[in-house]
Amino acid sequence: MDLNLTKSQRMIRQMVREFAEKEVAPGASERDSTGEFPWEIVKKMARYNMLGIPFPEEYGGAGADTLSYIITVEELARVCAATAVIVSAHTSLCAHPIYQFGTEEQKQRFLVPLAQGNRLGAFALTEPNAGTDAASIRTTATRQGDSYILNGNKIFITNGGVADIYIVLAKTDPSKGARGITAFIVEKGTPGFSFGKKEDKLGIRASSTTELIFQNCRIPVENRLGEEGEGFKIAMQTLDGGRIGIAAQAVGIAQACLDACLRYAKEREQFGKPIGSFQAIQWMLADMATQVEAARLLTYRAAWLKDNKQPFSKEAAMAKLYASEVAMQQAIKAVQIHGGYGYMKDYPVERFFRDAKITEIYEGTSEVQRMVIASHLLR
Amino acid sequence: MRIIVCIKQVPDTTEVRIDPRTGTLIRTGVPSIINPEDRHALEAALTIKDQCGAEVIALSMGPPQAEDALLEALAMGVDRAILLTDRAFAGADTAATSYTLAQAIKQLGPYDLVLTGRQAIDGDTAQVGPQLAELLDIPQVTYVQKIELLSDGTCRLQRALERGYEIVETRLPALFTVIKELNTPRYPSIRGIMRALRQGVTVWTANDVPVDPNLIGLKGSPTQVQRTFVPEHKRNCVMLKGSLDEVTTALVEELKERRLLKALAT
Repeated sequence: MDLNLTKSQRMIRQMVREFAEKEVAPGASERDSTGEFPWEIVKKMARYNMLGIPFPEEYGGAGADTLSYIITVEELARVCAATAVIVSAHTSLCAHPIYQFGTEEQKQRFLVPLAQGNRLGAFALTEPNAGTDAASIRTTATRQGDSYILNGNKIFITNGGVADIYIVLAKTDPSKGARGITAFIVEKGTPGFSFGKKEDKLGIRASSTTELIFQNCRIPVENRLGEEGEGFKIAMQTLDGGRIGIAAQAVGIAQACLDACLRYAKEREQFGKPIGSFQAIQWMLADMATQVEAARLLTYRAAWLKDNKQPFSKEAAMAKLYASEVAMQQAIKAVQIHGGYGYMKDYPVERFFRDAKITEIYEGTSEVQRMVIASHLLR
Repeated sequence: MRIIVCIKQVPDTTEVRIDPRTGTLIRTGVPSIINPEDRHALEAALTIKDQCGAEVIALSMGPPQAEDALLEALAMGVDRAILLTDRAFAGADTAATSYTLAQAIKQLGPYDLVLTGRQAIDGDTAQVGPQLAELLDIPQVTYVQKIELLSDGTCRLQRALERGYEIVETRLPALFTVIKELNTPRYPSIRGIMRALRQGVTVWTANDVPVDPNLIGLKGSPTQVQRTFVPEHKRNCVMLKGSLDEVTTALVEELKERRLLKALAT
């Protein structure tokens, strides 16, 4: 058993940490308040291959592994959870299904510019009436000659509006339930495809979350990802991978909470001594450090399983469930340790508190993760 | 165009402490980094490569772990990386270091430019660059903050002075030592990291470079370190109390008494 990172993973962590601290951290609080999408950072991340980490060089990627990608998301989330999810949704939910399920032609057309970071990606499954019950989507895709006609609405789409390429799930045969769902690659600018409301969110405010509207949107048949009826399987397998990314985002937020608390516990004095000298604070810090380490190990193991071509669906769900709950608990403790200051925007833990919550909700709520885990256990 | 960049791996002195008893650096747990000004030298070479094409070679002398600094240089985009490492090189002062680097550069064949950082944050001597230029018998320009390649094959530089700068022109080949004002170094890219590890660093020992054994390592070093120590800081703080006038008068008296202030013309 070897729990050491490889040399490339260590070098990538060091590089991303430096990039995150110098390029991403300085404006994170400002972007949180304005909700401005970090285009400049996205361009820089593209330059350093951070938008195509786990894909081979021949497809425009960096040629690194899943764990390197996961470490990158973690290090970004440590300073800005919004930037982290932009990378995670782009990589895990858009580029990856094209890499895994796409034809060679689709990879050349879509994966190469995505992995190079010249284009940004998104994934559209959720609808107003189809969240956890994903198979109940109502968006339809009707075959007409060499095209499909898409009609329907998607909501809460991460990278909505800013992405150029969308994986869209629609029903090609509404009578077949989950087996009647098909995946499509839809480009921004396609006639009949528009964006609705941009959501005003509690956290990850610098990321873009919008509604997608399809009105008689004609998609050429060569943009169908996989076969008709394979869409639900593609979506579920895509989300399995995506969950490792969200787990990494949660680990990054939890680590940021711990870092902030360690700094504060040494600086802040009450009763004439640093608050870190009080056992009440020490116990909280000890629990936080232990939990963040456990969350990180679960997350890395899920990534390791994926890299080693072993089943990872259950482990990804466990990592996402545990890490997201740890992130939320850490954020609550971090605000508590900071006291009144923690409630104010002068300290970053208030932002971490708002950012942490989404990790328990998107790419499958904690309840969905428990369903997935239990279904594996009871097989 | 061929550019050789000499870099040094150093302890990150922002995280370094000194053992007050022995007077030496506590290196345990301190990360090693590329000397900050050497990163600017690398960036300068890579900028020239991006703009007009060049072969960039990174060269370092150090212990085997200095390979990490060269791997980072490869990941930033240099074409080749060479590490001079051998027990025989150990203990070198700046003269022996410059000699060893110069012999390695001669071994590499023709070149147009040698770039180094102004000085390393661990030794702070700023001697290796200038000594290297002398040994290579090429012009040197130190404290470079701007590089402009001219169409006639010469180079126009801004050289920082204490107040302002001077403009210097030189023919090539030449050696420049650079300062941080020159540029903003790029990060290694992730693809660059993967390629660097595949490519690897070339290791040269004392047998691979034509060196005189009497001029390398500790034996070839005229510098003898007798003792290193941390200067003792003795500070006494006196708090002055009273009204503004009272403390001002007391302060002036105190300064006069210590001969720090001549009589005031009031």
